[in-house]
Amino acid sequence: MKFLAARRRHPAVALLLLLGTLVAVTAAWAGISASTSNAAAAYGNDQTQVTKGQQLYAEGCATCHGVHAQGTQNAPSLIGVGAAAVQFQVSTGRMPLANLGSQAARGPVTYTPQEISDLAAFVATLGPGPAIPAAADVNGWTTADRTLGGELFRTNCSQCHNFAGRGGALTNGKWAPSLMHATPTQIWEAMLTGPQSMPVFGDATITPTDKQAIIRHIMELRTDSNPGGLELGRFGPVTEGLWGWVVGIGVLLLLSVWIGARVR
Amino acid sequence: MSFSDKSDKRAVERLLDGASEPEILAAHSVTNVGPQPASGVEHTLRRTDVDVESAKRAERQVAMFFGLAALSFIGFVVAFFAIPKDKTVYLPVIGDTSASNAALGLAMGLGALLIGMGAIHWAKKLMSDVELVQERHEIKPDADTRASAMAQIAEGGLESGLGHRKVLRRSLIGAMALFPLPLILPLLDLGPRPTGQLKHTLWSKGMPIVVDVTYQKIRPEDIPVGGLVDAVPAVLPSVEEATHNLNDRAKAAIILVRMRPGEIRSQQGPNWDYEGILAYSKICTHVGCPTSLYEQRTHHLLCPCHQSTFDLADSGKVVFGPAARRMPQLAITVDAEGYLVARGDFAQPVGPSFWERTS
Amino acid sequence: MSVIDKPYDWVDERVGVSKFIKKNVRKIFPDHWSFMLGEVALYSFIVLLLTGVYLTLFFKASQSEVIYNGSYVPLRGVKMTEAYASSLNISFDIRGGLLIRQIHHWAAILFLASISVHLLRVFFTGAFRKPRELNWIIGNILLTLAIVEGFAGYSLPDDLLSGTGLRITSGIVLSIPVVGTWLSYLIFGGQFPGVDFIPRLYSVHILLIPGLILGLVTAHLMLVWYQKHTQFPGPGRTNNNVVGYPLMPVYMAKAGGFFFVVFGLTALLGAFVQINPIWAFGPYTPDQVTAGSQPDWYMGWLDGALRVMPGNMETHIWHYTISWNILVPAVLLAGAIFTAMALYPWIERYITGDTEVHNLLERPRDNATRTAIGAMALTFYTLLWIGGGNDIIALNFHTSINLITRFLEVALFVLPPIAFLLTKRFCLSLQRRDRDKLLHGVETGRILRLPNGRFEEVHEPVSSAEAAKILARTEQAALPMPAKTDANGVRTKGYGAKKFRATMSQAWHSGAVPVPTADEIEHGQEHAAHQLHEAAERYGIEPGVPNEDFSEPMHEGIN
Repeated sequence: MKFLAARRRHPAVALLLLLGTLVAVTAAWAGISASTSNAAAAYGNDQTQVTKGQQLYAEGCATCHGVHAQGTQNAPSLIGVGAAAVQFQVSTGRMPLANLGSQAARGPVTYTPQEISDLAAFVATLGPGPAIPAAADVNGWTTADRTLGGELFRTNCSQCHNFAGRGGALTNGKWAPSLMHATPTQIWEAMLTGPQSMPVFGDATITPTDKQAIIRHIMELRTDSNPGGLELGRFGPVTEGLWGWVVGIGVLLLLSVWIGARVR
Repeated sequence: MSFSDKSDKRAVERLLDGASEPEILAAHSVTNVGPQPASGVEHTLRRTDVDVESAKRAERQVAMFFGLAALSFIGFVVAFFAIPKDKTVYLPVIGDTSASNAALGLAMGLGALLIGMGAIHWAKKLMSDVELVQERHEIKPDADTRASAMAQIAEGGLESGLGHRKVLRRSLIGAMALFPLPLILPLLDLGPRPTGQLKHTLWSKGMPIVVDVTYQKIRPEDIPVGGLVDAVPAVLPSVEEATHNLNDRAKAAIILVRMRPGEIRSQQGPNWDYEGILAYSKICTHVGCPTSLYEQRTHHLLCPCHQSTFDLADSGKVVFGPAARRMPQLAITVDAEGYLVARGDFAQPVGPSFWERTS
Repeated sequence: MSVIDKPYDWVDERVGVSKFIKKNVRKIFPDHWSFMLGEVALYSFIVLLLTGVYLTLFFKASQSEVIYNGSYVPLRGVKMTEAYASSLNISFDIRGGLLIRQIHHWAAILFLASISVHLLRVFFTGAFRKPRELNWIIGNILLTLAIVEGFAGYSLPDDLLSGTGLRITSGIVLSIPVVGTWLSYLIFGGQFPGVDFIPRLYSVHILLIPGLILGLVTAHLMLVWYQKHTQFPGPGRTNNNVVGYPLMPVYMAKAGGFFFVVFGLTALLGAFVQINPIWAFGPYTPDQVTAGSQPDWYMGWLDGALRVMPGNMETHIWHYTISWNILVPAVLLAGAIFTAMALYPWIERYITGDTEVHNLLERPRDNATRTAIGAMALTFYTLLWIGGGNDIIALNFHTSINLITRFLEVALFVLPPIAFLLTKRFCLSLQRRDRDKLLHGVETGRILRLPNGRFEEVHEPVSSAEAAKILARTEQAALPMPAKTDANGVRTKGYGAKKFRATMSQAWHSGAVPVPTADEIEHGQEHAAHQLHEAAERYGIEPGVPNEDFSEPMHEGIN
């Protein structure tokens, strides 16, 4: 006691106190959340999933989406968005929102797949909405008709996402992202739920068969060879012109200087 | 000519035996016929001018360029016959590409490039680089020549009679002025006269709306809120079978979007929507690109060509960009079987403006 | 003398070729790397002709519908025009077809880029002045023809991207008052897209325009041949001679070699860099479009002008519509730019009053106002060009198309005058630096300490080559302001016009740096020589022999 009291005015005291408080609170928090996630990790029935989902929602989503998912001025209501929307947004890392910008971007995923299912299960109970597509449906893309997929893609998708799925600009800083990274499930879910600016392509007008075909087209766009050589980003004439000037004229200018240079 | 004189030829050959600078300079302009070295211009010797070995090395380099070019062209022949046209090859940076395209192009390009570089190297290292001079002649001929030319024109002109025979001159001008007509008029049949087709599309009262590409009919419940459907008139496939062109598609393509009825602030006519489903033309009113970039949340429709933006919740009016007119709306309803149909044609011409457009 | 004697005589007796050869086989051409830019254009054109002929043997210019059944699997069974199907055929089913197609397109890109660089070189060095105004006009016509030809060429395959461009063209034609609709019906054989346009475009692309270009290029080269090429000032070079190397053997080797270099480079591009992947765009149909729809680079400025033009600019007169929002950027602006460019030699002559024959080029810095005008025009052009790619820029640099468009709307009026002022100031500073170099020599980095304790840097006189370049600048007087009335009080005829011209002329020459006189140079030389002498005496430094009369070289630079 005397030892501490004698040093109570030491310059390091404030710093040590701060550090100590930090450690203590973090440990306490870790302890508490460990106990909750321990509970969540255990596989239970649907009701358990929904409860876990509700807890996860309260911790990670309620601040912006409202305690009852009714929406706030910061974020839309999640009532009726469906499990598919949740799985899309969270599994692509768009949610939780990392930066406030013109729109949410793909990024590192914060939750485990189990947690994502739980969240999705909870949100599904809030109101009827698109369900997560069955794996059997999604995997049908491997044998779908690519030619049909291409036609549908060029009619419904390329105006925003570009002819090769490389993405395109929307108004006021928004953009339609590149399609080179999403999984088949995520593509299906995006069509079904219409995330952010994207419109909804319901199963009645773009049927599951159509969706499989479109997904096949998109997946094969990633592996299509470029028979002519370097693809230059597949953005069209802008990058081609840039290359023609910088490389083509650049090299020719250098060669012209070489031709005209005095020889020693 | 110079090289019929063997002594001059030998003077050039003596270059390679390390002759003195004046001799070399003299040997460079061997002939005394044609342009001579420019005065007041400094000339420094190159290594290849002075050093025999250096010159021989340059010669070998040039020969090597040409030799490699020849090999490259032979490579082209081999690649042309040996590589199948559908074979893919993986190249670093480029990825999977056509083996035939890359091989043929490399052989052709490298070979040509080497020929060119060889010729240029030859000129730079071995050909004479003494700067020669030529005088410029005055382009304008001297006064005598000009006078003679003008006089001859005058003489010819007088003899033609054009100057003083007015009737002759005027009738000639009259005939020649009309000559272009038979040359131009046949071009008029390049196309039919416009007959107001631009003001009408295939849409008519009761025409069912079908999904583009799959051509299935649509019920209102098929379109969720926030949905977008690219659609065409049901009769389009049979019309295209008959006409074998895309003219009707270019005017009749539409989009269907659904918003909550409360979100619709205004329309181009009373109740032209159906329970929040609105039908708009897909053809931009600026210069005609298909416009279906629909932003679900803002209800804005963006054209990718020049970024004209239309607010579909507010009668399709222009909110940004170079378009001057709002997007034409198509009035819709459902038929007896519950499928979405049009209530008539558009109330105004779709697509880009034109002179005869009255609204 | 040799094997060629007999055949040579045969030809000579019938055509008299010796006369031509005597005059021309050793014709002198001046040497500078920037003179080769026009050659790149010529050689690209030859590559276009060669590869183009090949393509005509396989391409089918028809809009009749076919069902595709070739090697490119993703499009099998799709309905498309024969034009598109034959282009796919060339790309996938003919050995070397894709290569030749790509070489053709890359050559077109380089053709237009090299014409533009060549035009800039001619402009900035004043090579368009008398007697070469006619060649300038021919060059401008060639530029216009090349742009149309390129547009026609990449529209022939009838793919989604180029078809969108044709739709835009039809929209532009429709906007023309009175005759627009009628003209559009003539061109397309009725409504858009019709089935007549691709075959007509084909005739234009393989016959009409190449014929015109060939004829004009021939005239262009003949004029250069006859008037002789211009040259930069330098030792031994005057306004009345040409110093350089002879056609045979030097330029036959250099220019001939350069053709192979251009061909080779274009072929390597065709081998390794993909261009216009039509199979990925799909066949054209008027209800599909891709994000990022742009024309080829040389039409980017036109697309940018269309994007940046604000809307709401349509007027209605009685029952008729005038679309100013399309007319202004696509028709009027384009027309104004090309006309102003073509007439530039006369505009400059009007302002400066210069009617001399000029065979010596000017360094850009030596004509500050002209260079500044060029920089201003380039800035305007570049801003429009950027506008044409605003959505690609927005996507890749995470910004907003709306912001870029608004920025450009303002920048198009603000930046060019700023570019003019900055460039003019910069050129004048360079002129002052040149004058300084001539009078005071170049710093050597060696410091002398004088007996009185002062430090001075040793300056070396400039080399004779450099001095000749600096002294080549001719000083022109501005046109004098006219007197308002003459001696008797009678108002000068055309006073207003004369005053305007004189004011422009004064502005043109404002800020001009005087060329040093011989006296000033000599004085400067003495000072420099004195310094060097000091340096040599006290410290044994020998940078070189000071020259008093420019005749001996100090050192050589790259010329």
